[in-house]
Amino acid sequence: MYGRKVKLRFFFILLILVTLILSVFLILKSLEENVIYFKSPTEIKTLSEIEKKKIRIGGMVKNSSIFFEKKELKFIVTDFKNEINVVYTGVIPNLFEEGKGVVAEGYLKDRDFFIATKILAKHDENYMPPEVKAALEEK
Amino acid sequence: MASLIGSYSLYFGLCCSFFIILFSVQNLKNYHALDVKVVSISFLQLFFVIISFLGLIISFVVSDFSNETVFNHSHSSKPIFYKISGTWGNHEGSLLLWLLVLTLFISLFLLKSKNQPKQYRILTLLFQQVIIIGFFIFLIKTSNPFNYIFPIPTEGLGLNPILQDPALAIHPPILYLGYVGSSIIFSSALAAMSLDYVSKEWAKHIKQWVLVSWIFLTLGILLGSIWAYYELGWGGFWFWDPVENVSLMPWLALTTLLHCVLVLEKRLILTSWVVILSIATFTLSMCGTFLVRSGILNSVHTFANDPERGMFILFFLFSLIFLSLFIFFFFHKTKSKITNSLFWLSKESSILINNLFMMYFLSVVLIGTTYPIFLEVVSSEKISVGPPFYNKLLIPFLIPFLIVMAIGPKLKWIKSNLEEKTYLFVFLIISFLLSVFIIKKFNMNYLMNTILITSAFYLFFITLRDFFIKRSKNLSQNLSHFGFSLLILSILFNNIFSTEIITNLKIGETHKSKNIKIKFESVDKKKEANYNAIIGKFNIYHYDDAVEFLRPELRVYNQPNIVTSEADIKTDLFMDKFITMNLVQNQDYFNIRYQVKPFMIWIWLSVVLISCGGLISLLKKKYED
Repeated sequence: MYGRKVKLRFFFILLILVTLILSVFLILKSLEENVIYFKSPTEIKTLSEIEKKKIRIGGMVKNSSIFFEKKELKFIVTDFKNEINVVYTGVIPNLFEEGKGVVAEGYLKDRDFFIATKILAKHDENYMPPEVKAALEEK
Repeated sequence: MASLIGSYSLYFGLCCSFFIILFSVQNLKNYHALDVKVVSISFLQLFFVIISFLGLIISFVVSDFSNETVFNHSHSSKPIFYKISGTWGNHEGSLLLWLLVLTLFISLFLLKSKNQPKQYRILTLLFQQVIIIGFFIFLIKTSNPFNYIFPIPTEGLGLNPILQDPALAIHPPILYLGYVGSSIIFSSALAAMSLDYVSKEWAKHIKQWVLVSWIFLTLGILLGSIWAYYELGWGGFWFWDPVENVSLMPWLALTTLLHCVLVLEKRLILTSWVVILSIATFTLSMCGTFLVRSGILNSVHTFANDPERGMFILFFLFSLIFLSLFIFFFFHKTKSKITNSLFWLSKESSILINNLFMMYFLSVVLIGTTYPIFLEVVSSEKISVGPPFYNKLLIPFLIPFLIVMAIGPKLKWIKSNLEEKTYLFVFLIISFLLSVFIIKKFNMNYLMNTILITSAFYLFFITLRDFFIKRSKNLSQNLSHFGFSLLILSILFNNIFSTEIITNLKIGETHKSKNIKIKFESVDKKKEANYNAIIGKFNIYHYDDAVEFLRPELRVYNQPNIVTSEADIKTDLFMDKFITMNLVQNQDYFNIRYQVKPFMIWIWLSVVLISCGGLISLLKKKYED
């Protein structure tokens, strides 16, 4: 009926299509699992449920809120509307200061308490994460 | 004064473009040979851009703060080296460098393509001029490096201290040679398509340009990575940061192109694919520029967020894509059918298979980089995509990729068989046993690791064998593939065996853990022209009584007033020992991070090997001609 070449080409195109669909599916699936959402303290207060997923929070480090011990670092992140307590163990970037912007990655314990696993480095004192800027502008 | 000359040179350079276009269009119709006028004006344009660039460098060197760019990014107390490198350490200057590379490459192209058809040379020049004009207008209109400020400030704002570093001083020029070098591939692909000149001769000629861009891009990425490793203080070499991704994407496209051009040169198939890749590479470079410069993505490289700049690049990018699509659909004629001429077991089919993998890697990186932007536009949710995403999607596919990479070069063109190739299986078994042994010995019982290490070892042994068997027959390919296997192995072992200790110490305190003791002896102070430093003295006592002395620094730069920490790294053949310290505001504690990173040096060396392979291929070509 059809020539060998036509069949072969049909097969080839089919193969490419299947691979394409599979890989797109795979990519989107793992995107869903691996993205990290960014929340401001105000958004966290209004969360309906606390998920076990890793998130990022951002805002300003509240003045005279940094408390430092041998093992851990405690501070308060504020967006001037709401606040959240953060506990952190690990590397502290140089530009981490009171009254400056901060982005922390970790897990929510409840609506007032955040366990950070990483404080993100910033490279410039004037630089403010856009998320923080937006969160601050909303107030 | 230098500023003024630089500024005028820019306008003169732009004028050259119009003369070039005028004369080349005439030349296209009238004469048989390439008009001398066209070539000389092209060189004149290069001359003007060089003058303009020198003008900016001189303004930086003499700290001429009447120039806005100098004022914003320099300071009179900076060492001369960083005054010069500050020229391209900012948005305006780096764009001028971009323009310089664009004009440099077209001039080199005109010199090197004398045996090519006249019309092809002229059309390449014309397409390149379209890009050059676009960047001239972009530079002059939205980001002129020679803006004048009055009254003249007495002191500049200074360069971001983390950019004051030797690796980062040469990183942009090297990277740009690769990034922007791909423009010549783009232009000549368009020209070849318009003239129906996509042929074996064209492939042979364009291969050199692909190699040049590829070598520089590889080295540029390497330099950036080394810098991130020691300067950002996290001890990693790749963060899947959007900016790293946008340099990886053209690299993937360029590497794919490099392999396809070989197929085209030998077999005259895959013509459309080669052309598409040539266009894609430069488009991805442009995309990278757009994403980084528009401030949509945030990272170290975001110099300034100016929507106008983003809009301009976006508009320009779309015009270029539209132009290339137009030429592709109306001028391009396919010369062969893939299905007719491909036998499943041959060199070209293995290259094609790995092409598909490369495209998959490329799309993963592309989606991971751009998805957050789309999501924010669509739903105003702010997200970030981290390393787990890339690890999960890329690592499994590296396994077949590595195996095909090992077997492919062993096959013949057109049609091959596996007779007399039993050693391929023997090596596979050896690699498997070796990796099982390693995994068992160190108790890292992951199936994925075992298979991945197996495939990396497989490529490693097969390429290693070739160094002894057929010496210089295809040394360049073998060296690059060997380098790649070494890279994957080093990264794997680095990931598996890295250890770190993070602790907070006061001066005089000691941190003890299972087999190591870290003693914080004391601090010293040091004063330099542009910063004051606190140097920590650390003694590391290992369980076998070996002692190491590490001296990390904390630098407080005076202009701008920023604190940076300089890691102290002890490197030997097997591992890096890496220590950083940070001071937290108003506290006595120092935040210490001590890391042991095995095989770091091999990661850098293997990338150097990979690009050496490219270099040998390039030189061999020249030697044969």
